Amino acid sequence: MSGGHAHALHIHGHSVVHRLPGHLKVAALFLFVVAVVATPARAVWAFGLYASVLGLVAGLAGVPVRFIARRMLVEVPFLAFALLLPLVGEGPFLEFGGVRLSEAGVLAAWTILAKGSCGVVGSILLAATTEIPNILAGLNRLRAPKAIVAIAGFMVRYLEVISGEMARMRVAMAARGYEPKAFWQVKALATSAGALFIRSYERGERVYMAMVARGYAGSMPTFGDVLTSTADVVRALALPGLAVITAAVALVVSG
Amino acid sequence: MSTSISVTDLTFSYPGGLKALDGVNLQIGAGERVAMFGPNGAGKTTLVLHLNGIHMPPPGRVVVGGTPLDDTSVMDIRRRVGMVFQDPDDQLFMPTVRQDVAFGPANFGVSGDELDQRVLDALGAVEMVHAIDRAPHHLSLGERRRVAVATVLASKPEILVLDEPSSNLDPASRRELATILKGLDVTMLMVTHDLPYALELCERAVIIDAGKLVADGGTRELLGDPDMMAVHRLELPYGFDLKAV
Amino acid sequence: MHIPDGFIDGTTSLGAGVIAAGGVGGALRQSAARLKDRQIPLAGLVAAFVFVLQMLNFPVLPGMSGHLLGGALAAILMGPSVAVVVVSVVIILQAMLFADGGVSALGLNLINMAVVTTLSGWFMFRLVRAPFRPSRRAVLGASFVAATLSVVVSAVMFVVEYAIGGVGGVNLFNVLLLMAGSHLLIGIGEGFITVAVVGAVLQARPDLVFGASDLRAEGSPRLPMKRFWILAGVAAAMLVSLTVFASSNPDGLQWVAEQTGLAQEAQGSLIATSPLSNYGAAGLSDGAGRIVAAAVGMVVTFLLGWLTFTILRRRSPV
Repeated sequence: MSGGHAHALHIHGHSVVHRLPGHLKVAALFLFVVAVVATPARAVWAFGLYASVLGLVAGLAGVPVRFIARRMLVEVPFLAFALLLPLVGEGPFLEFGGVRLSEAGVLAAWTILAKGSCGVVGSILLAATTEIPNILAGLNRLRAPKAIVAIAGFMVRYLEVISGEMARMRVAMAARGYEPKAFWQVKALATSAGALFIRSYERGERVYMAMVARGYAGSMPTFGDVLTSTADVVRALALPGLAVITAAVALVVSG
Repeated sequence: MSTSISVTDLTFSYPGGLKALDGVNLQIGAGERVAMFGPNGAGKTTLVLHLNGIHMPPPGRVVVGGTPLDDTSVMDIRRRVGMVFQDPDDQLFMPTVRQDVAFGPANFGVSGDELDQRVLDALGAVEMVHAIDRAPHHLSLGERRRVAVATVLASKPEILVLDEPSSNLDPASRRELATILKGLDVTMLMVTHDLPYALELCERAVIIDAGKLVADGGTRELLGDPDMMAVHRLELPYGFDLKAV
Repeated sequence: MHIPDGFIDGTTSLGAGVIAAGGVGGALRQSAARLKDRQIPLAGLVAAFVFVLQMLNFPVLPGMSGHLLGGALAAILMGPSVAVVVVSVVIILQAMLFADGGVSALGLNLINMAVVTTLSGWFMFRLVRAPFRPSRRAVLGASFVAATLSVVVSAVMFVVEYAIGGVGGVNLFNVLLLMAGSHLLIGIGEGFITVAVVGAVLQARPDLVFGASDLRAEGSPRLPMKRFWILAGVAAAMLVSLTVFASSNPDGLQWVAEQTGLAQEAQGSLIATSPLSNYGAAGLSDGAGRIVAAAVGMVVTFLLGWLTFTILRRRSPV
């Protein structure tokens, strides 16, 4: 349940990457990923380049490889899907070690593996080098809808509180010997989820009250904008800029 | 001594007809520290929510430092009456301690360097400056409760209203909080079931039961009246000797 | 089912991003009045709840588990427009913080999991409730159908996106059947949990169930019977024609049968077993295949029904 521990996403540090303003890093991630997705899958060299640049950023930021590898596990369901494609795809086929593989399927599997992994590592690096409040502030500066960012802020704040409540409920249920094995046994679990909803909602009402008590009148105050220097912009754009150029070259060469 | 809070004939019914307050009268002088006792569901929280304009009179009147509470004065009164709720997880809703402490004064129009200074002063008063950039949910309960106090101190209130400040705290955190509260120069109203805590911090106490103010006097005298205590379901902890403190 | 980067091509992802922005933007506008003040912290808390709920794996059958999407549940509890916003926040943060779902695929994931589940769930909920008197039982029955089908609809949406911009030369009809079929099972799990959650909330705080607000106030708007019969008619016709179509296409069914057989054996040897070997003997019978096809029919029906509903609503002001 990695999602329950938001602080496990972050690697504390003071590197160049850590110090870049949140909105620049968010924008850089978007740009980088778009470039990766636009790159033709047959340009294998391009993906090698992406991987080494990501490795460079991780090295600069001091994010351990093991941390990245562990967090990459979210990819697994789609990797399973990707690995299935060469087996179930349609012809033409190629023989590989006695197994008949679909050519289109193999290419598809590679595409998913390569592009998906670049995207996942990019996101992991963003979260690892940027405190969540800075990501939210970044979204705000990038003109994401205010309501969305505000709701996201509350969600992040209360994620652990609620998952903690959920965990306590499950422990209480397990302590009384409850261990569901099939869907006709999940009623108790789901009923506790209902109780959890009510608790969450009622906490929302109390939070609202606490906000009103401190002068909240419908709009969240925004705090100190981070100063952005040209050097920061250049540093932040280095990674996606390189990716865009690579993608363009790959499109010309392989496209 | 000037009057800090004046509540007159305050009555309140929740939608659905439950009468939570039934003609409450209460005066608190500036600089006083008053404890409020009463069984669960007696109307303590409902009364307290009126002091901050979360529930509004009429029927009845609430006057804070000479200003009657109404739609035009409510924002000013919210600044002057700081509410510390029971669960710090409700009180601390921003991603960092700094933003949480700044939330109140920012809403009341403070900004820039003054806002930063307010945040530092408020956190300094509760000895939590070191946690300024941490996320509230990574602090211990005792630390969170102290930050919760700071979130209202930052607005420079005249009156501090605390709902169960000592609940669930370990003995050391409970004592640390008491030391901090004693050092604050504000009028204080403290809703609590922790009678020894009230005795330590407040000279005066009131008892609310079934929406009515049923007793008002010195904390030591109230706690020393066994009949009054029993009727309102109040009990001192086992082994606690009033004469020994 | 969070789509990663590169799974769907760039153009389609970009297009999906535009559509999703439109959808979420529309929901924001719709809910602006409610989200203005009090609902912001409430929505944040409910978003955290949905997030936690999505981490909750539930057993579908012994040895197979699914996780909740929660779109239909959110819609029933909070109303469709607020629900779209809430689930969107969950999806966005999953991509940005947890690398769950690609950043470039955000539009696709928003459409599948925040917009389509929520709106289709809400629509089915209203549709099923329409002919019945407001009652606890009607709310719960409708919750079950809505939640189950919302998951299938979401799976079908995924296939549509895959068809437009997916990589890999797989037979699309097969993918459709496989996705719809397996998600019917997962959907049933979602349905059960949704019913239990809605039931528990109805019991303790009925005022918090947006979709049951008519249980308290009499005379709230109901879908007129005429419209219901039109929709039901369309649904039935689609169901029949699709079942016939599916059963006249034995290749697809055969494939699903094999896939399902594979899926049951998949625990130990995912790769070792070729789906093309004649493994599917233990798989689905032809009859079960028809049920899968019927589920697909329901989905297409939903889309047509929604269209009909929208057109009818435009014509006759309620």
